[in-house]
Amino acid sequence: MGGGVAGGLSARFGIDANLIRFAFVLVAIGAGTGLAAYVVAWLVVPAEGSTTSIGRRALKDRRTVALAFAFVTALVAVLLVFGALGLTFAANLVWPVSITLGGLVLVWRGSDDEERAHLSELMGRAPLIGSPERRTRRSTIGRVLVGAVLVVVGLGDLVASSHPLLNTIKAVLAANVVIVGFLVIFGPWWLRLARDLAVERRERVRNEERANMAATVHDSVLQTLALIQRAAGDHGEVTRLARAQERELRAWLFEGRAPGSFHRDVSTVSQAVTVIEGDVEASHRVAVDSVTVGDCELTTELRALLGAGREATVNAAKWSGASSVSLFVEVEPTQVSIFVRDRGVGFDPDAVDGDRQGIAESIRARMQRHGGRATIRSAPDQGTEVELVMPRTGAGRE
Amino acid sequence: MSESGGAGPTDADAPRGKVRVFLVDDHHLFLSGVRAELGDAVEVVGDADEVGAAIELIGERVPDVVLVDVHMPDGGGQAVIEAIGRSHPQVRFLALSVSDAAEDVIGVIRAGARGYVTKTISGLELTDAVARVAGGDAVFSPRLAGFVLDAFAADPGAAGGAVPTFDPELDQLTPREREVLRLIARGYAYKEVARELSISVKTVESHVSAVLRKLQLSSRHQLTRWASERRLL
Repeated sequence: MGGGVAGGLSARFGIDANLIRFAFVLVAIGAGTGLAAYVVAWLVVPAEGSTTSIGRRALKDRRTVALAFAFVTALVAVLLVFGALGLTFAANLVWPVSITLGGLVLVWRGSDDEERAHLSELMGRAPLIGSPERRTRRSTIGRVLVGAVLVVVGLGDLVASSHPLLNTIKAVLAANVVIVGFLVIFGPWWLRLARDLAVERRERVRNEERANMAATVHDSVLQTLALIQRAAGDHGEVTRLARAQERELRAWLFEGRAPGSFHRDVSTVSQAVTVIEGDVEASHRVAVDSVTVGDCELTTELRALLGAGREATVNAAKWSGASSVSLFVEVEPTQVSIFVRDRGVGFDPDAVDGDRQGIAESIRARMQRHGGRATIRSAPDQGTEVELVMPRTGAGRE
Repeated sequence: MSESGGAGPTDADAPRGKVRVFLVDDHHLFLSGVRAELGDAVEVVGDADEVGAAIELIGERVPDVVLVDVHMPDGGGQAVIEAIGRSHPQVRFLALSVSDAAEDVIGVIRAGARGYVTKTISGLELTDAVARVAGGDAVFSPRLAGFVLDAFAADPGAAGGAVPTFDPELDQLTPREREVLRLIARGYAYKEVARELSISVKTVESHVSAVLRKLQLSSRHQLTRWASERRLL
């Protein structure tokens, strides 16, 4: 409308600005008292995006206050003159309007005292009205007196109205005066209540976040630290715990995945590699150093490839005796290859130890079923490297 | 003091005396841990826990190798490397990072570090890496090798960027370099790479140094993107 009041109010209470504007227009039709209310709100409510209200800024300057008084007394005089001249409509407006304006000027003056008292400590926040404990007694008394006068005058008007034609107008006027009176008395309190509620809600949201954070840290980091202390003598176990926790924390902090909700619905090669790394480290006391180059969506063939890769990694973890396994995955336009390497005991691929051969065959057979191939290179005490290559069908040639 | 005066800017032999090492890390626990792990293998000539003090002390003591943490207030390891790189180009840097995420590492490498290691590295490996950096070589972990292969992917179309300003000298890896990096990414030590490719360890080292140079100087947009993101942080 003019002062940005509707915007300010809507920002504060979360009501649509247009609704507030509509309400103001409605009240304004009620013979001008709504306009007065709007002006007051303009002075008291900070505009959207601003931290201080116009009233606060204006009242820092005593001249402004004096000016406001001068204006109101002048208005009263003018209206009185109108009344004397027999312009009854104007005469009817004299008391409600002048009392409203005069009274409300006093209100902001009262508000100013406590606002000033709060100014230093509430800097940076956007206080609408200070808390009553800090309010000076004088301003409170003045505020209540003005409000009471307005209410009494309004009620008096309401009772005194007898003219049938003027009755409606007068009744509306009087009703508005009563409303304004109540606003004067309770308005600051209501606004403070609303503000406190907003502050409290913000505080509660913050506390909830903190509680969630604390719960998450407790469930993951603190638990792990406790486990690490209990396993202090077991080097492998400590490493495993620390690595698993690191991975979890990293996923939480940088990828937004809450600990415990480590997602299983992998859709890309790199995600699948991360899962393999995590699973194998968790179930075998072995560090898996994975490196992934490139990435692509998983297809049936690639799922088979990664399944074989997982098996090869588990084998290395189980049998090699090495403390770490290297897992290298490279996605190229025409094929995806996986290398699983350990520096463990190794074996002679020709002199077959039945159990291991079986596993090797299962890896090989799996790869061959999907058009890929597996090569296993190993020698006693030389470590083992499993090479898995799967051609990309179709998908690779965009 | 190393009798070989290892501060020489040439890439010649590693200094025969103890390598003079300076530590920069804002975590005191970690500083003392690294000191203990390096033990007698090197001569630790000092440490600093913030960027400003580090620049001052390194300028004073001119060590052979600075072990510098990537993540620190006031610009991190990158700030130290850049400042010293201007005033004392002979000082070599090995970056230490708690993570080996590309964003963390590419920035310090491009600032001039000769390599990086994660903080989980064992004392033995760390000593080895320090010696290698002191000798003018690059220290590539499997993951860094993976990043480089990723960033220097064969087809520029997959990079999806605007027409790349192609400098074949800097913006592409040779097939041999690619092979070396692949083996490193697969977990091979330099010695094993050499055996696998039937070349000498020296040749492997020179390939890796060449790759490091490309990594530092190339204008491939994946690298500049990483570097600029790092600077923004």
